[in-house]
Parts: sequence; C-alpha cells; structure tokens
Amino acid sequence: MTDFNEGDSISELKVTPDKYVPHRYAGASGDFNPIHIDADFAKMVGLPASILHGLYVMGLVAKAGTLDVAAGDPRALRRLSVQFRGMSFPEQEITVTGEVTSNDGERVTLDLVATQSGNQVIRNAIAEIDLPA
Amino acid sequence: MAIKTDAVGKSWPAFEYEVGKEKIGEYCRVLEIGNQVHFDRDAAREAGYRDVVAPPMFCVVYSAGSLGPTLFDPDVAINFAAMVHGGQEFDWGEPVCSGDVITTTPTCLEIYEKDGKGFYIFETLSLNQGGDMVVRGVWTNIVRGI
Repeated sequence: MTDFNEGDSISELKVTPDKYVPHRYAGASGDFNPIHIDADFAKMVGLPASILHGLYVMGLVAKAGTLDVAAGDPRALRRLSVQFRGMSFPEQEITVTGEVTSNDGERVTLDLVATQSGNQVIRNAIAEIDLPA
Repeated sequence: MAIKTDAVGKSWPAFEYEVGKEKIGEYCRVLEIGNQVHFDRDAAREAGYRDVVAPPMFCVVYSAGSLGPTLFDPDVAINFAAMVHGGQEFDWGEPVCSGDVITTTPTCLEIYEKDGKGFYIFETLSLNQGGDMVVRGVWTNIVRGI
C-alpha cells in the first residue's frame, strides 16, 4: 500500500486468459463477433488467430486500477478512457501497469498500459479513481 | 470519395436493458472480480447497495446493444469489414444494481477523415429507472482505407 503520490507505480496485474475466455466473455457481454471465437473466421479476415475482446482487456485495466487504489470498490472508478493499439490473444500473459499522475487527496488519476508479448495493446489509459473515505 | 457525414448529430431510439443478478456474476467470473458485493445480496446491502451491484465496466453489457442500429444506418454507411475499435471512454454516475432498468440513447458525435482513415464517434447516455445518469460512453470506431 502506498500513498499514491505523483509518480508512484500501482501494483501490477498479471493475467493469462485461458483459451475459452473469449467465449465466456462473448456470453457475458453479448459480443459474439466471430473474430473473437472462431479462429478459422479470424484467419479468413487476415488476423493471425482469434483475438481477445478489447473491452475485456479494458475491464482488466479497470480492475487493476480500482483494486490497488480503492480495494475493488465498484463506486470508486469515475472515469476511464483508453486507446486500443493492438491485438491481444488468449493463452499469453497480459500485464497491466500504471503510474499516478495526480492526487488531490480525494481522487487519484492514473496513466495505465496493458502489455502482451512486448506490445502495448492498450495505452494512454487515463483512470480517475476516488480514494477510500 | 469524401466521407459521408449525414449522421452527425443524429440520435437513435433508446435501448432498454434490465440488469440481472446472475448476469453480473457471469461478467465478474470472466474478469475474475471476486468482491462479494457482485455476487451476494447480503454483502451488497451491508456495503450500502440496494441489491447486488455491477462493477463499472459491466456498462458495456447494458449499453453496447444500443449501438447496433447506428452501425446499420445507411446515413452512417460504415464499412464493417475494415472497422476496428480505436478508443473508448466511460464516465460513471450512479451505481447499477440488479433489478435496475437501464435506458441507453446513442448519438453520433463526429464523423471525419484523417490520414486516410475514417473516424466514427458515438456517444451513449445511459439512465436508470429513476432518470439518474449511470454512465456516458464515447465509442471511437476507425475504418482503414476509407
């Protein structure tokens, strides 16, 4: 636990989604785009394999930020904006890291990145999270 | 060919979604979010919620369905085959709990061309049954080789 001062890093989140995560996320979210659940279809449209849902990875970014700053309080995350910059795949580790860019004593702003195999798949993720009262 | 911008400013009919307890649990199991306020009614009430509460990113579950008609609208005329999700922004309001009925209205904010790519930016505004804002989303779709 830190005081979340400007420049501090938050605890890393490391997740290796198993091969069925895109299927389960499709069911949970309702997004059944075949590029996520059908490797043959994904290859047909020029992808190397079926890919993870970007919003699943954004969910990991949200989780990493709120777990460390606010112990997973669902009310704490006030704003999150991300840029999707690359494809990510099941069965390869994803690491979410983040740095505190401001802290006014009530709300912390983080700049987060999700990386897989050296590629920044989400970057410029700006999260505004309320500190526990 | 210039990009078609007829849809800028257009809104589409509201999309209604009733939030269920098991649906929240299903989402949280995929993301491995373990807080019991997402699974257990007593734990949620003890933490001050009306019922089992959704994690913030559950907003995609109840709001994304509103965008279907926008993407198929001939005024938008988006080329799906070359479309990627380029960016996403959410601002949260009131927490969402099991039993809430969420109404989401999509609006086209911007369509423009830059560096040979088309940018299609939609807003979704989601309100609960009491009229409180629960989330505002900004969805950026990018079409390559416009």
